Amino acid sequence: MINFQNVSKQYNNSEPALTDVSFKIDPNEFVSIVGRSGAGKSTLVKLLIAEEKPSRGRVTFGHYDVGKLKPTELPKLRRHIGVVFQDFRLLPTKSAYENIAFALEVAGRKHGEIDDLVQEVLDLVDLSDKGRNFVHELSGGEKQRVAIARAMVNRPDVIVADEPTGNLDPFNTLEIVNLLTQINELGTTVILATHNKDVVNQLNKRVIVLENGRVARDEEGGRYSLT
Amino acid sequence: MATALYRLIKYGFQTFWRQRLLTVATMVIILLALLVFQGLIMFGVVGNTALNAIQDKIDISIYFKTNTPEDEILRVKREIEAAEEVKEVEYISRARALEIFEERHSEDETITQALAELEENPLSASLNIKAQNPDQYGAVASHLEEVISPDLVENITYNQNQAVIDRLAAIIRVSRQVGILAAVFLTIVAVLVSFNTILLGIYSNRDEIGIMRLVGASNLYVRGPFVVMGIIYGFIAGILSIILSAPVVYLSSPYVRLFIPEMDLAGYFTSHLFVLLFYQLAFGVVIGVLSSLIAIRRYLKT
Repeated sequence: MINFQNVSKQYNNSEPALTDVSFKIDPNEFVSIVGRSGAGKSTLVKLLIAEEKPSRGRVTFGHYDVGKLKPTELPKLRRHIGVVFQDFRLLPTKSAYENIAFALEVAGRKHGEIDDLVQEVLDLVDLSDKGRNFVHELSGGEKQRVAIARAMVNRPDVIVADEPTGNLDPFNTLEIVNLLTQINELGTTVILATHNKDVVNQLNKRVIVLENGRVARDEEGGRYSLT
Repeated sequence: MATALYRLIKYGFQTFWRQRLLTVATMVIILLALLVFQGLIMFGVVGNTALNAIQDKIDISIYFKTNTPEDEILRVKREIEAAEEVKEVEYISRARALEIFEERHSEDETITQALAELEENPLSASLNIKAQNPDQYGAVASHLEEVISPDLVENITYNQNQAVIDRLAAIIRVSRQVGILAAVFLTIVAVLVSFNTILLGIYSNRDEIGIMRLVGASNLYVRGPFVVMGIIYGFIAGILSIILSAPVVYLSSPYVRLFIPEMDLAGYFTSHLFVLLFYQLAFGVVIGVLSSLIAIRRYLKT
């Protein structure tokens, strides 16, 4: 489903952020991408969600080639990918309900479908009573759950989570990780970029380790370990 | 498409209301720009009326000898009217000239008595000639030399007043040019200030724009709400500009009339209210929409 083939990424004349990265991710997998700060995790995520194009190599997502994407295809690709970020990236002028509904509205879903779908994901993330709250009225953990709900509501093929627990306390971190695991068990591929050792070790899933922009290790049932 | 349009309008109104501090500040700037525009229109009307009033006072008068036959004067009138520089020619007969003189001096007993003692009307018939343009009096005067025999004419006023007429014509021409330049300059300033304000408003929403694109919003869904907001800015500011300028116009109208008796500013404003409202709405909405479209372009590039 997702294929990185000899991918390199260089910004201007600086050191390359990624060098010759290759891996494949199949449907229903749960993959953790770990590495120190500056290892290339965020660059890899940006390439995954087509926020950047590779300098060399090829990134494919289904039938989409990220490097050759036309501007009109980008929104369509993004609707197949649910994204969750450390800083939540919710729309501040909208309520929790409206943030989730927005993802459906821009996908062209009919008015009648939207309410049921939004309520369904709010139930899933245990925020049924917080739909009317605006973003600034939610706690960090609640914001991240709204972000996950928004990421899931269009039934994407993959959820990409870039340090989703970075701003959360251990209790909320556990909740978010459990939620992502639950989503994966329901059939969605999950890619989690993190430097949280405990999270990775607890998951006991496939781990890709990045060091200095290269893939150092790629193990099923891997553990968090940096050289 | 209707659903998408409904959603865009909904987002536009929603953002407009929920960011009302920012949107009110933006709208105030557009309102100021529209008030400048409205001021330029009214100033232009007053200025033009004043200049036309001055222009109307300039003319060339031909006084004919008292023994010149009327049909000869009328022939000369027809020939002068045929010239393209000539706007109108008024014939004042000897009898009419005497009537005007008597009306003007009806309070003056000395003059009234003197006229009664005269056996004959001493006044000449005359032709008052107005040119299309004050710059053309020289050409009109030259044309007169071709069509009128000097034997018929007592006096032509242009010869005494040429210097004054030429100077007035120059002042009028320069005033109009300066007026147009000032209007264009101020309009450009008003538009640029409004554009920059909207640009700053969109810049302050750049994170939200990025989030919308991450979630899969197409350019239509990103750009649309800001265009809707631009329309709302222009519409509300347009109406407010008329409401705010109305009392200023009505209060200042009597004072304007003191200086320019021909100018009924309040009357003009009332009779042209819907046209002025249309101009303000059009200018406001065009500024709002174009500024939004241009300002958001950089955030739509991939």
